[in-house]
Amino acid sequence: MTDIKNPYLPELATVLRVIEETPNIKSFQVAFNDPEKMKGFTFQPGQVGQLSVFGVGESTFVINSPPTRMEYLQFSVMKAGEVTAAIHNLYPGDQVGIRAPLGNWFPYEEMKGRNILFIGGGIGLAPLRTLILFMLDNRSDYKDITIIYGSRTPPDLCYKDELKEWEERSDVNLILTVDNEYPGWSKRTGFVPTVLKEVAPSPDDTVAITCGPPIMIKFVLEGLAQLKFRDEDIITTLEKRMKCGIGLCGRCNIGSKYVCKDGPVFSLAQLKEMPDDV
Amino acid sequence: MPDTGYLPKEKVKDFMRELAKDAVVYAPCLEGDTVIFRPFSEERTLCFDRPANSPPKSVIYPQSEQLFAFEYKKDPEDHQKMSVELKADTNVPGMVIFAARPCDARGFTIYDRVFIDTDTPDPYYKKRRENTLIVTLSCAEPSPGCFCVGVGGGPAHKEGSDAMMTELEGGYFIEPVSEKGKAILNKSMIEDGSPYLQKAQEAQAKAHEAVKNPFETDKLKISQDLFNNDAFWEEAVSKCVSCGACTYLCPTCYCFNITDEQASGKGERIRSWDACMFFHFTLEASTHNPRPTRFQRFKNRVGHKFVYYPEKYDGAIACCGCGRCIRYCPVSVDISEIVSNLTESGQKQQQTAGSAKK
Repeated sequence: MTDIKNPYLPELATVLRVIEETPNIKSFQVAFNDPEKMKGFTFQPGQVGQLSVFGVGESTFVINSPPTRMEYLQFSVMKAGEVTAAIHNLYPGDQVGIRAPLGNWFPYEEMKGRNILFIGGGIGLAPLRTLILFMLDNRSDYKDITIIYGSRTPPDLCYKDELKEWEERSDVNLILTVDNEYPGWSKRTGFVPTVLKEVAPSPDDTVAITCGPPIMIKFVLEGLAQLKFRDEDIITTLEKRMKCGIGLCGRCNIGSKYVCKDGPVFSLAQLKEMPDDV
Repeated sequence: MPDTGYLPKEKVKDFMRELAKDAVVYAPCLEGDTVIFRPFSEERTLCFDRPANSPPKSVIYPQSEQLFAFEYKKDPEDHQKMSVELKADTNVPGMVIFAARPCDARGFTIYDRVFIDTDTPDPYYKKRRENTLIVTLSCAEPSPGCFCVGVGGGPAHKEGSDAMMTELEGGYFIEPVSEKGKAILNKSMIEDGSPYLQKAQEAQAKAHEAVKNPFETDKLKISQDLFNNDAFWEEAVSKCVSCGACTYLCPTCYCFNITDEQASGKGERIRSWDACMFFHFTLEASTHNPRPTRFQRFKNRVGHKFVYYPEKYDGAIACCGCGRCIRYCPVSVDISEIVSNLTESGQKQQQTAGSAKK
């Protein structure tokens, strides 16, 4: 036959490093076993990969390291089900499979020369991280960068080292919040959508990118509309149960769009055209 | 060589034996009182007089198949270190689907767009599809629930067939459709078909007349208002029990699951049919479910076939009208009636009647 690439066959990879981000989120830095494969691998910020633990299964995660830093690929995994529990049991040296890159990406070309507003909640910072780091590595291409990020409690904040770094940078405006007062926490408290209203960033020449739990996204979208952001300037990235990752297996569709292939990145303008079974 | 062939009835088995020399021949066989596609062998009872209870989709798209095998191996130098080996095998034997109905063959063309005509073709499906010859048998009369003519097909519609047989009094008239199909005219038991051409055409035309078209017009126009109206769906499928029989018996349903099976350090990754009618199909680990209700899942199934798929593939409808989901639904849900009620003309009728036309 027809020597076509087998899209179901993962590329073998090794876990290099495991980082405990929060009590239930770990990040895994992995590299393909084949150094040539690692050298030739390219992806765009926002694209996802299927991470396999052979014998348990595979799940979809965004590649949250940026394409500007290619020593490894990083996936952040919240322990929620069978596969994520198996991933949490991985140690450096363990073998995994990767099918990547899959899906579309953030339209960063169209964001050039504009102000960027990131709004994230909990593990929802993961897909934003790839774009934040990518933009910081190409800092002069973008105007003001504002990041509003929140979690339930301070220990639930992801990427604590990077948050500290961003806080210290003069060219990043980082606003952190946790849901309630917490011993030792001196920064803002309150839900992310409420903090968004308090900060009230200007929609002028600004594109907003948001990701977080569905309920947070819902109220953030409402908040952005009140601040007069245009639907085309509001970008989000969706999550769904996925199996094939190539638009065949039928479970991640919203109408005729497959989140794995046509997404995961959509603008609010696009989402409004789609049925509402998100 | 003549353009068409004729196979006398007494030579059908000889012909199948001939085809079986270099391929596995799947034919409709009687098992109890159901008709199922099975590999042809002498002890089987063939049954051509009604459409098989289940379509032959599993021949090209097996209900369960291995995507690859994996094996964990200990490093001989360092027993703490494990490596993994993956093995994928896409080799399949030559196959023939014999005496499938035209709707079943057409079903494969609906899969082809999804599995082959994409930037990431499915090597398993593609290889089986390429290695399979499809010889259909045109329908003499419709079965209960058949509505192929409403979705652009027909009892002698040739899309998807490599060759088509039409039953006449003493034998079968054979029309090749593809190059692959032409080759079967060379078999020794096939006679010249030209004397039977007219009779066959008459039989096909008569069969076409007999199939009902549940839709008002030839061009289906789904009303977006109704399609997006939850109340329409809640009423339309209030009796659906989400059993999924419709999807398993459907020649155009292809949703699948991928799972791993493992025993002592080795195992396989398997692809199996799944069904969008099941609650667990879209259930996420967080317990969020985008389609938690029966009506949302049913809307997705009908939507996929009559709205979403046509949107992606130039208006092609992902239903071949075989009627199995209607014949075998345990609570008599009728997709042709639901789609008919969804059309703009159906909507007008509802308005004048003041309620759904049921």
